Amino acid sequence: MSSELLCIIWFVILNVLLIGYAILDGFDLGVGILHPFVAKTDRERRLVMNSIGPLWDGNEVWLVTFGGALFAMFPNAYASIFSAFYIPFVLLLFALIFRAVSLEFRSKRQHSFWRKFWDILFFIGSTLAAFLFGVAVGAVMQGLELSELGDYQGTMLDLLSGFSISVGLLTVALLAMHGAIYLYLKTEGDLQQRLVGWMKGTYYLFLALFVIVTFWSVFFVPASLQHFGDYPILWLVPLLNIIAIANIPRAIAKEKPFYAFLSSCCTIAALVFLFSAALFPDLLPATNNTAFSITIYNAASSTLTQKIGLIIVAIGMPMVLSYTTLIYWTFRGKVELTDTSY
Amino acid sequence: MDVVLLSRLQFAFTIMFHYIFPPLAIGLGVILAYLETRFYFTKKPIFAIACQFWTKIFVLNFAIGVSSGIVMEFQFGTNWATYSRFVGDVFGSALAAEGIFAFFLESGFLAIVAFGREKVSAGLYLFSMYMVALGSVFSSIWIVVANSWQQTPAGHHIVDILRPVSMPDGTSEMMPWIVDGVVQRRAEITDFMTMVFNPSTVQRLSHVLLGCAAVGGFFVLSISAYYILKDKHHDFARHSFNGALLFSLAASIGLGINGHSQAQNVYRNQPAKLAAFEGHYETGRADLNLIGWPNEREERIDYEVSVPGGLSFMVFDDFTFSKPVVGLDRFKPEDRPPLLIPFFSWRLMVGFGGLMIVLCTLGIVYNRKQQLSTKRPLLWTFVFAIGFVMIANQSGWIAAEVGRQPWTVHPPVVWDESGKDLVTAADGVYQYDETVGLRTSKSFSAAVSVEEAQTSLVLFAILYAALTAVWIMVLDRKIRTGPEPLPATSEFEGLGVAQSAAHRQHARLNEKEKDRGGAS
Repeated sequence: MSSELLCIIWFVILNVLLIGYAILDGFDLGVGILHPFVAKTDRERRLVMNSIGPLWDGNEVWLVTFGGALFAMFPNAYASIFSAFYIPFVLLLFALIFRAVSLEFRSKRQHSFWRKFWDILFFIGSTLAAFLFGVAVGAVMQGLELSELGDYQGTMLDLLSGFSISVGLLTVALLAMHGAIYLYLKTEGDLQQRLVGWMKGTYYLFLALFVIVTFWSVFFVPASLQHFGDYPILWLVPLLNIIAIANIPRAIAKEKPFYAFLSSCCTIAALVFLFSAALFPDLLPATNNTAFSITIYNAASSTLTQKIGLIIVAIGMPMVLSYTTLIYWTFRGKVELTDTSY
Repeated sequence: MDVVLLSRLQFAFTIMFHYIFPPLAIGLGVILAYLETRFYFTKKPIFAIACQFWTKIFVLNFAIGVSSGIVMEFQFGTNWATYSRFVGDVFGSALAAEGIFAFFLESGFLAIVAFGREKVSAGLYLFSMYMVALGSVFSSIWIVVANSWQQTPAGHHIVDILRPVSMPDGTSEMMPWIVDGVVQRRAEITDFMTMVFNPSTVQRLSHVLLGCAAVGGFFVLSISAYYILKDKHHDFARHSFNGALLFSLAASIGLGINGHSQAQNVYRNQPAKLAAFEGHYETGRADLNLIGWPNEREERIDYEVSVPGGLSFMVFDDFTFSKPVVGLDRFKPEDRPPLLIPFFSWRLMVGFGGLMIVLCTLGIVYNRKQQLSTKRPLLWTFVFAIGFVMIANQSGWIAAEVGRQPWTVHPPVVWDESGKDLVTAADGVYQYDETVGLRTSKSFSAAVSVEEAQTSLVLFAILYAALTAVWIMVLDRKIRTGPEPLPATSEFEGLGVAQSAAHRQHARLNEKEKDRGGAS
């Protein structure tokens, strides 16, 4: 296998991991964003939290594995991106910690103050994480000012542009919608009926932001359509994305929430794909000098390491998929509160 | 303070906080797998009670362990970008393997262990428990592999990074990448298995796992000793205490034996580190220092009480107590680890390790005489001994990591033909091959400013302090509540375990739902 092909294979695998993370942790971030709004009583809040109770931890492992794979296969990209987004990533870590501990601690006491505190922290953690992921995506699409070694030259505030903030908001809206549909699937009765309005509301919010970000990137972020001229087949992805987006309200209206959920999964996958297509072959474009851009070729590990990685993936991924399936199958159906619930 | 020092402080602080939890998860995981197995085969309710109680505590610790663990994975990139570029090919591979082989296994099956008792068969539940324990052990394997490679690198080579350079004739050729006159180099794997089984992996992994077992054992001892003292949960406490006592004794003795051979391994691969542990300056016959205060300026130990030739004996198993041991004088001042921290943390670890063996032995002796419940000071010592064990674990790591300084990737040392001394220049000083290692001072992130590093350090300090307080509060409450007795099980006998467990759960659920809103 040629070294270039290996770089491309690893770029694809990283995308698969990122899509896996965005879809899976996406719904539990979304559930966290909606948590204080959709649930009225303590019982409902517990239902909402327990709908992701057994799953969030495994979902987050997709992020950890994505990070590990980026470190191993494109060390220069890992080093440059993570050190460039220093404070945002520290805040992201805090957000993820807030989520984990709120889920764990909330049920341990009865006081309403105690529970309210963790509810708020759970909401802040989820929303902040979604927003920061979006900001990072937007900022990477626009590119950063890099030194020849790949170290970020700007300041933290340079990362916040109108575009990166819009992508951040889009991510929050998208994941809130994704989470609303997921919750609709997992709940019953009053709570479920209330979610219909939330599904629609978050959908239109997402749609509006989607239109804004789409136009913004097409007209002002030159990279976003760079490969579409050479490979017209790529147009299939935005086309399918639009169909998927259009299908969400249709499926909701027809009371086929599972199809709506699949459609929102497809939307997330398509958006991650478009993000990667805009970057390819860069992993972190340099705005000051394209020769300093970090690409999948100049950031890659040695061919031997890439091959060892493929063996690890070939052994590990089937196992991962089998127990992920087992867990989702075990906890299928409507969420119930039991003795072991949060 | 510069970015390097701030980043080191932050790494030290966040890893020490994180390392409260993995040993608990690994140690308790093994104990839980054992209890669950006993329950599966005997169906005795005492095991069911114990499993439920320890599982709840296990899950509580796990959540903080997971989220503080992600911090560690991010931090190599955020704070140590130059290091990450240098080692990513090798070190990153071990971390990626950890993600795929360990974390998915752990977190997936933890869902069943924590939430799925009523949803799956008893067999699958037992299997899940094994998988969680196995997952946490796998995770320790990969992370110790990665760390051991930093200490004793193997299975790799350090090469120039090649970049395409366009030639005058229009073609492009791969040439060494030179930035500001410096050829950029990095480590690349040449042999994966040699990298995994580098010279210190097996020794260090055994030590880490035994340390985790001791944490698990002493954690159980602490809580059950407390119940014995308070005369609560009598059966549960006695059984837990007796089991954990044997387990902890085995782990503590294992730590001593393994620690001895590990120190010899450290001497072979990182002689400066062992010399720092022991405050051994002058190459030659070495004393084993028991009490003392290292005086870095005058290069000696003040107020010293030593066993003459003791270190020669420890390093070489030399009964003549006289073989020469390489001391710090073989190394340039800038190549020596700092002295105070490794010296004292090493002593703290060894001291508490000895204390653990003594405590367990006393416990077993009085237990056999049936006098344990009257030995209240001993029981109270057991309640707090988990603190000693945690400190021993932490200080062992501190000694190992500070002793590795001033390197993040320690260059291999070269011994002369006799194997008794390092290959030194005419002045008797060892010259490390700088090109095959990486200094800590060069490993940091150039993109991070002092203000940013300060901000994150302060924020982590506040967050983790708050988290520790809440964790201890919740844990304390759980321990005070104690294991919840199952309602009379006899009426369900003959129904099969899964069914009777379901009945019990149902009965408890109804009463609990009403009065506690799920607080448990």
